[in-house]
Amino acid sequence: MADYSWPEADRRGQIGRRPARLDGPVKSTGFARYPSDQNPPGLLAAKILTCPHAHARILGMETSAAEAMPGVRVVHVIQGEGSEIQWAGDEVVAVAAETEDIARDAVRAIQVEYEVLPHFVTEEHRDRAPAAQPGSERTDGDPDAAFASAHRVVEQTLGMPQMAHMCLEPHGQVAAWDGDELEVHASTQAVSTLGGQFASELGIPATQVRIRTEYMGGGFGSKFSPDRWGIVGAELARKAGAPVKLFLDRDQEVSVAGSRPSAFARIRVAADEQGKLVAWDSDSWGSGGLPGTGQTPLPYVFSRLPNRRLRHTSVPTNLAGSRAWRAPNHPQACFLTMASLDDLADELDLDPIDFLDRNLDLTGRADVYREELGIAAEMAGWEERWQPRKRSRDSALQRGLGVSIHTWGGRGHSSNCDVTVHPDGAVEVRIGSQDIGTGTRTVVAQVLAETFGLELHQVRVSLGDNRFPQSGPSGGSSTVGGVSASTRRAAQDALGEVLARVAPRLEAEPEQLKAAGGRVFVEGEPSRGMSWPEAAAQIGGAPVSARGRNPGPGRLISSGVGGVQIAEVEVDMDTGVVRVERMVAVQDCGLIINRRLAESQVYGGLIMGVGYALFEEWIPDPVTGRLLNADMEFYKLAGLMDVGSLEVHMMTGPAYDERGVIGLGEPPVISPGAAISNAVANAIGVRVPYLPLTPDRVLDALAADGGVA
Amino acid sequence: MSDDAKGSGLSRRSFLRGGAAGTALAAGLLPEDAAAAVAATDAEGAPTVGPGAVEIELEVNGVARRLEVEPRVTLLDGLRDRLDVTGPKRVCDRGTCGACTVLEDGRPIYACCRLMIESAGRSIKTVEGLGSPDAMHEVQQAFVDNDAQQCGYCTPGFVVATVALLARSPAPTEQEVEAGLGGNFCRCGTYKGIRAVVGGPGESGGDGVG
Repeated sequence: MADYSWPEADRRGQIGRRPARLDGPVKSTGFARYPSDQNPPGLLAAKILTCPHAHARILGMETSAAEAMPGVRVVHVIQGEGSEIQWAGDEVVAVAAETEDIARDAVRAIQVEYEVLPHFVTEEHRDRAPAAQPGSERTDGDPDAAFASAHRVVEQTLGMPQMAHMCLEPHGQVAAWDGDELEVHASTQAVSTLGGQFASELGIPATQVRIRTEYMGGGFGSKFSPDRWGIVGAELARKAGAPVKLFLDRDQEVSVAGSRPSAFARIRVAADEQGKLVAWDSDSWGSGGLPGTGQTPLPYVFSRLPNRRLRHTSVPTNLAGSRAWRAPNHPQACFLTMASLDDLADELDLDPIDFLDRNLDLTGRADVYREELGIAAEMAGWEERWQPRKRSRDSALQRGLGVSIHTWGGRGHSSNCDVTVHPDGAVEVRIGSQDIGTGTRTVVAQVLAETFGLELHQVRVSLGDNRFPQSGPSGGSSTVGGVSASTRRAAQDALGEVLARVAPRLEAEPEQLKAAGGRVFVEGEPSRGMSWPEAAAQIGGAPVSARGRNPGPGRLISSGVGGVQIAEVEVDMDTGVVRVERMVAVQDCGLIINRRLAESQVYGGLIMGVGYALFEEWIPDPVTGRLLNADMEFYKLAGLMDVGSLEVHMMTGPAYDERGVIGLGEPPVISPGAAISNAVANAIGVRVPYLPLTPDRVLDALAADGGVA
Repeated sequence: MSDDAKGSGLSRRSFLRGGAAGTALAAGLLPEDAAAAVAATDAEGAPTVGPGAVEIELEVNGVARRLEVEPRVTLLDGLRDRLDVTGPKRVCDRGTCGACTVLEDGRPIYACCRLMIESAGRSIKTVEGLGSPDAMHEVQQAFVDNDAQQCGYCTPGFVVATVALLARSPAPTEQEVEAGLGGNFCRCGTYKGIRAVVGGPGESGGDGVG
């Protein structure tokens, strides 16, 4: 068995370099065909009638007018008479028609009679919630005694609302039947597992469902299952005997296809005279829609903080259930914790970086955080630019700096792949995972090229098809570890077979041979060798294939990363407008395969973070129970000019490399809310307790403090 | 938009009344069909069409295309669903996000906010018409070089908007970048790379060289 490992730094051909993403050209030219771009012959369009009420019972419906419309092919009742609807936007009837406009006409022609029932959608007022579910209290140590003897204590209520995934390609699929075989072009993060889920819902064997996802327009944790509209789309196609395209309209996408749970908490935290954390007490609550939501990991990062009391209440609402949102629970826990600690640092008259540093032994990765804090402070010019909150504010524009730290796991998922070497030297990997935009295709190609000593254009990556070996969903920052490890193992094994055939020709042992620079040669004697095509030709007429698996032998991956971010903001004290001037991110993720794509993940995390720190929130209307901003005008994403100057530093070098590959997609999005909130507190001298930091919330905080507003 | 969908078509006819839309419509209608398509005039004498399909001709990426399309079909849906030109993406479908941006006679427009019949007789260029993977437009190449894309769903709109911006102003100011690209949104967070594509203060080409 081969020794599965990554090459040493001085022997790497591809790993750690910065090649451009391989699918860049097809994406930037519009030639990439996403699931929503599939237009097979005879395609029908589908639309869904949704419930306008947040809580209602269906008393009856009339679909005959829709059925009679020319061009309407199928009217499919999803929830019929007697059904109880628990959120606005829930699916009631679907229509497939020859054009999308006809389908819309038909949906409008359907009459549904509802009995409207009471609803609740504003979980920040948990005292008014009809079905709050208080959890049991958890106590470690003696928090009461610790608070009583503490040097400084801060106590306040903080929170952040539910927000949307807002994938630009909506959820949906094109479903087509050929006899009793179903093919689905799905916008999904879970190609290998989706087919079985379709099959069980549709009552057919899993072998009869093919899933294809060459490209997909964003998931962020919301696209792991077929969803009801997936099954309905397949049912419509089956009934119509024609392919059906069903993608959600934007209002549905925002309302029902993915949200992040809210998190509110009354928090008390205390420190001693040395600035060491000594006690924590949090009474938290939040909602992920109808299912409520569980406890976030408090206190965040400082998980060894002694003397803790935690209570949590899950608050169900009449809103669609939340989904995993990039780094589930972490941005919320990070904001609640880092904002509390930042305020405590201010109470202690300590520089917040100094305060964090004094308490790093309460984290699991003190050395990494300490090194990263130093680098981040240097990059941000913290020493020269940071000032305490307590200062005169004679200008309408106030600047401030804030810091936050975060953690994530990121262990590679279960992954299988087949690497094939053809006698002409062509090399291919087939792997069931998908590239959701993180660059999976490119990273896998680099691992393949690295192992065979080839260039990227000489290897082929085939992914996004459930006929390829099962490889995990893209969630939990698990993809890069899983696919790189399985690919490396398969590639080493396939190469080993080639080398075994080549060795006699070179009068050497296979172990003496090396593949690099497009050649196979005896290590240390480059002239004793042959070109890669000549080497591949030694395998004879049939290709050589090897299956790679993760987990598996060898130290190729691990988990557990830390990151530090610093934000600099400018706040207009008259209008309450916050501008992010600058964000600095320092991040570790073990061995980096593609530096450019790794940095892009961090930039992307920062930018998404600016969005939820300043702009993004679900705004449910307490009267109707519907979202007031189920669109892109009033659900605001950060724009190009909103994000300030962004600087990223990736931790690299032997100590990081030896940990192997660790996922990166999620950690950089965790800290921005906390770092930006802390920067605003530093700028204006008072905490704005809620995210996003909209002008009204900033002015409210200033007014509560007796300030200018 | 609810009553007319049931067949009266009144508000859609009203929509077509008057100057620019009427002129564009008349110019783009095929001569032999114009008389039949302009079946009526409203009380003020403006030509009206629909609600049934009318035949129009327009140029898409250099190719003359002739099709029958209902007046209510947007340029975006017409391109994607009728002509299989799927580079422009439907994201917000109401003129906010820019993913559907195309050039109409060289001018960037939101294809979701234009009726296809308004583009009759005009020249439409989509992201596919600017270059191909083997022969990219320099802006498309710059998007690749600066990793200004992740999932790539916003990319076609951003590329087209950037081409239009740089055509107007090869070295755009902050305000020009804001005006030119502020109407496009990305969810993955690729603005760092896009800023590097358009240049500007503190963004002198970014990390384009690998």
